[in-house]
Amino acid sequence: MDRFRMIFQYFQSNSESVMNGICGLLALASVKMYTCFDFSCPCLPQYNMAYGLGIMFVPPIILFLCGLILNRQSLVMLDEWRRPQGHRKKDLAVIRYMCSSIMQRAMVAPVVWIIVTLLDGKCLICAFSGSMDPEKFVGFANVTPVQLEQLLAKVPCKDDDLMRNNTSRKAVSRYLRCWSQALGWSILLILIVAAFLARWLRPCFNQATLLQARHWSNYIDIEQKIFEETCCEHSRLFAHKCILHFFESMRQEIKLHSFNLPREEEKDEGEEDLLRGITDQEQVNKLLKTWYYEKPPLDVS
Amino acid sequence: MDKFRMIFQFFQSNQESFMNGICGIMALASTQMYSAFDFNCPCLPQYNMAYGLGILLVPPFILFLLGFVLNNNISMLAEEWRRPQGQRGKDPAVLRYMFCSMAQRAMIAPAVWVSVTLLDGKCITCAFCTSVPVETFGNASHPHLSQGEIQRILARIPCKEIYNGQELIANEVAVRYLRCISQALGWCFVLLMTTLAFLVRSLRPCFSQVAFLKSRYWSHYIDVERKLFDETCAEHARSFAKVCIQQFFEGMSMDLAAGRCHLPRKASADMGEASKKLLGITDQGTMNTALKSWHRCKPPLHLHPLALPSGNGWAGEGQPPMHPSAPRRETAAYHSLV
Repeated sequence: MDRFRMIFQYFQSNSESVMNGICGLLALASVKMYTCFDFSCPCLPQYNMAYGLGIMFVPPIILFLCGLILNRQSLVMLDEWRRPQGHRKKDLAVIRYMCSSIMQRAMVAPVVWIIVTLLDGKCLICAFSGSMDPEKFVGFANVTPVQLEQLLAKVPCKDDDLMRNNTSRKAVSRYLRCWSQALGWSILLILIVAAFLARWLRPCFNQATLLQARHWSNYIDIEQKIFEETCCEHSRLFAHKCILHFFESMRQEIKLHSFNLPREEEKDEGEEDLLRGITDQEQVNKLLKTWYYEKPPLDVS
Repeated sequence: MDKFRMIFQFFQSNQESFMNGICGIMALASTQMYSAFDFNCPCLPQYNMAYGLGILLVPPFILFLLGFVLNNNISMLAEEWRRPQGQRGKDPAVLRYMFCSMAQRAMIAPAVWVSVTLLDGKCITCAFCTSVPVETFGNASHPHLSQGEIQRILARIPCKEIYNGQELIANEVAVRYLRCISQALGWCFVLLMTTLAFLVRSLRPCFSQVAFLKSRYWSHYIDVERKLFDETCAEHARSFAKVCIQQFFEGMSMDLAAGRCHLPRKASADMGEASKKLLGITDQGTMNTALKSWHRCKPPLHLHPLALPSGNGWAGEGQPPMHPSAPRRETAAYHSLV
């Protein structure tokens, strides 16, 4: 039980690992979304390119925006950027550091989508089948340009009547898929090399500034969390006091209207806390009615 | 068991994450509902559009209302909105904040339904199959077909088994075209929603941060205050009931003791803790009378000031035995409600 609580608290307190977790989840969600999505190329000359490239680039934008929205630190960074200076100077290096770490994390899911799309190949086949050079492929030699356009546009649709057993279709498809996968693997390689170099070479440049920026960005994050928790705690205490005052004022009112004054001294301290002087159905009803119709003022001084 | 309770408490205490949890569950439920739903296009010209658009738009509306219903804070909002002003002013900014945060959470499940529906494509295919441009994709010069006939044929596009217009326009071509439009609409819708959410979230710190902090604090305060008041009332009711029942048993045993001519005070002074808890009722007949009396004439909701217990035992301990018994007995006889 304690271990579980410790793990929870660890994740809660260490916001970097929470953000990494969200980042990973979004990347997994992007792969899942791609596999669930039923890609169906329209196989029409005017629509293929728009559809193919749309599927390749619009979901990454959505995933990028999701990555920014779900990241708590983006709000913290915006707060820090837009706040009035007041008594505390603003350090642009900290804001830049936070911005870059947010962007890096938000870019993971879109990049995963693009790479998965390219490695799968359907999008590129759909988008660029109409732009193929017919000279390279045997089956398209002796057709009019209009018919050629139509035929090439139908290449991504395996089940089409015209294309079912067409070997040229398979050739075009394989050719485009080969390009698509080559592009996908190249992009993946470049990104991994870039990430490796960035991480390896970073200590060579401005390590001290980086350490400071990281420390203060962490500080701002924790400060914000603690402020929210303190406000919650404060509102709880405030409400507690307000309700006690309310019960007390009800008791005073009842004492004024009844004639039990000599009994006060005999009442036990323990009971006071529990019943608070309200010992009658009408008194309880009056208390509840007053609570609704006239809530006490927000003043516990 | 402890683990579950801890998780439960974590979600309960952290109201926001609890609400987010409900939100996520409703979004998942909406995708599950869509995949479980058996979509059956009527394939008739007059009904297709109504069916398709109905399936696209009516369940989101239901899910939106459900999102409000399942939100605990809706009653809190209604209460705060309708309460008389009294000694405490009402802040419309707080009400607006509460309503907006509830509406935002309730919008997620409908948006998921609409996106899933559009990305799947069946609804749009069903609704707009009669509007497929036959001139562009099909054989518009097909003779001997009136407009009505063409509409009827096109309306059967979603139902592959009964489609008989292959010469007019190939079924696959029409379906692919409509599905492409539907998916494009779906992705645009998702992009629009995400952009709106991003703008709402990121523009807020630039403009009304102070008002936001105040509204958030006071809406949380109202929630906490309501819960604490309920807890205090529950505590009070518990003590009230305890004292009421103790007074009832006292009254009963006083009555029975008066009937049998022996004073229970002496008995309780001699016996130990356990017999004190018997409240003076020590045989079957007496117990039956007590139970009957509890059912037939419950005591009034009025606790006597002298009879309030000192916290751990009988009332009347340390007080002169004869003095309180007479008024108590009278109370039991005259104040009881039949």
